[in-house]
Amino acid sequence: MSSTKYILGLFDDPDVMMHGIDKLQKNSISIYDVYTPMPIHGIDAKLGVRESRLGYAAFMFGCLGGTVIFSIIYYFLVHDWPMNIGGKPYFAIPDFVPATFEWTVLFTAFGMSFTFFYATHLFPGRAPRVMDLRATDDRFVIAIDAKTNVPHEDITNILKEAGAVEVKHNTRKYVSYE
Amino acid sequence: MASHKESIIREPLVTGKDITYAKVTNDVLAPVENAPNKAWWIGFIVSVIGAGLWVVSVSWTFWFGIGSWGLNKTVGWAWDITGFVWWVGIGHAGTLISAILLLFRQNWRNSINRSAEAMTIFAVICAATYVVSHMGRPWLAYWPLPLPNQFVLGVNFNSPLVWDVFAISTYFSVSLVFWYIGLLPDIATIRDRASGLRRRIYSIASFGWTGSVKTWQRFETVSLILAGISTPLVLSVHTIVSMDFATSLEPGWHTTIFPPYFVAGAIFSGFAMVQTLLLVTRKVLGLENYITMFHIESMNKIILVTGSIVGVAYLTEFFIAYYSGGEYEQYTFLNRFTGPFWWAGCMMYGCNILMTQVMWFKKIRTNIAMAWVLSIIVNIGMWFERFVIIVTSLHRDFLPSSWSMFTPTWVDVSIFVGSIGLFFTLFLLFLRVLPSIAMAEVKLLLKSSSEQAKKKQIEEGHLDPEQVQYYKDSLIAYDTVDLKEYENA
Repeated sequence: MSSTKYILGLFDDPDVMMHGIDKLQKNSISIYDVYTPMPIHGIDAKLGVRESRLGYAAFMFGCLGGTVIFSIIYYFLVHDWPMNIGGKPYFAIPDFVPATFEWTVLFTAFGMSFTFFYATHLFPGRAPRVMDLRATDDRFVIAIDAKTNVPHEDITNILKEAGAVEVKHNTRKYVSYE
Repeated sequence: MASHKESIIREPLVTGKDITYAKVTNDVLAPVENAPNKAWWIGFIVSVIGAGLWVVSVSWTFWFGIGSWGLNKTVGWAWDITGFVWWVGIGHAGTLISAILLLFRQNWRNSINRSAEAMTIFAVICAATYVVSHMGRPWLAYWPLPLPNQFVLGVNFNSPLVWDVFAISTYFSVSLVFWYIGLLPDIATIRDRASGLRRRIYSIASFGWTGSVKTWQRFETVSLILAGISTPLVLSVHTIVSMDFATSLEPGWHTTIFPPYFVAGAIFSGFAMVQTLLLVTRKVLGLENYITMFHIESMNKIILVTGSIVGVAYLTEFFIAYYSGGEYEQYTFLNRFTGPFWWAGCMMYGCNILMTQVMWFKKIRTNIAMAWVLSIIVNIGMWFERFVIIVTSLHRDFLPSSWSMFTPTWVDVSIFVGSIGLFFTLFLLFLRVLPSIAMAEVKLLLKSSSEQAKKKQIEEGHLDPEQVQYYKDSLIAYDTVDLKEYENA
């Protein structure tokens, strides 16, 4: 049995790679993932990646931030230590606006960013699981799970026909710390 | 990616021929992966000396108190708040480029956003040091934060100074997050080209970035939302800074024009500082193909527009002082021209209005030397603007018996000069350890907006000849384009 774990098609042009994806899909070969040095627009629809729901997370964190600071201000200025400043009302909402706005933004930014890190499994010190080191430089890499897609020779030929500059049969999933 | 042809009449954003994805990486990472050149060392040594001066003068302030500054009972704010507002203002261009221009899909931001955001971070650090040192008792700097404390007292949310604390700290931390998330793909590029200890360090810093489809998709979503929330944030920060003045009853400060006027001024001075830094950076690091004449001219146009808005704000201030009939207000504005600080007023109006209006001429806008000199003039003018607002308003108050003058001490001057040294030290270190251009974003432009892509379109020969001629004419100002190559095209 072959020890190949992943078959990688390396392309030097994003358009050619997109055609490569079409060709693989036409031949019913499932694609594990695609690694690119830059965002490629339209690829997520092609690969059936669901739209990100980070916007909802951002909204919820924003609401939380606004509520937290508004409650703090209300407690400080209206409930705990009301100050009579020229007979003005204690519950002076316009004065609450700047800090409320700032914490809404602060919670949105941090909450959404941490959600992004959590959802994409990114955190400081995480070992980079790179299949090919040039995927962050100038190569557009289509990875195909070798175990579920056979025969390997056909996949190699399809990738080459599609314009892959190199086809690799990786026996290890990740190469970054070889 | 299927259709990425851009109209030929648009000027290229990346110049040079045979630019490949690999070449972008090599060009941008050259200063990070190789030993620094002589120009970097000279700049770094001078900046470190400046930063040393900053350490000495700030330590002096902490040891002896702010009595070592030139402040007095009447002029209680002077160089400290001038420096603070100046630095915060400079920071604004970075967020404007990274957030507002992203929302407006201005692709030309791609080459300059990284350095501009770095500039924001360092400028806000310089601003924050002013805030802490002018408190007098910096070890109590946590007091304006809403923390449980032994006095069972909350902070006064009616005070604009507390709003300032919230605005600046939020601005700094959100800018940092935005900048760092944007850096992840590029740090991963460095990691995958490095070896040994460098690889370990960049590996930790890259958070394990791989560049998979899902990560890119979410990355772009995060960037867009961060841009969406940073846009009102950047406008709110300087609005709140202006409220430090506008909510007082001081003649010269108590005006409703301050928020928009301060925001425009901040963008004006911020872009000037981006121009000052990038014109040198592109030359020293050899990045002329990526930071092109189009970028320089676009930034000059923004400087012209915001400078003109500032000019209108100056005129509005004068008109309102006259029209309000308030004699204290009228005296303050007259005093700016006829009082003892008349020279500072002249510097403010001269540098910010008169000098920048020359940018209406394309020849001046596209002249690198002129752009650099004008950017420094704007920075000087904007420093004087804050000085004039703060010192000339304070030194002639309601009560003539309390009138006084302000003279800076060596500590005032050293903190300011030193903060510039600190800023440049941080910026030069940034150039050595992180890519100064967002590589992933510039790679996006190669197929649509690069000179080679447009040249290919011309060579294919199905374009309107008039438009081709228009395009060629627009390239004349570019210092990196070889026009001979277009003779037969």
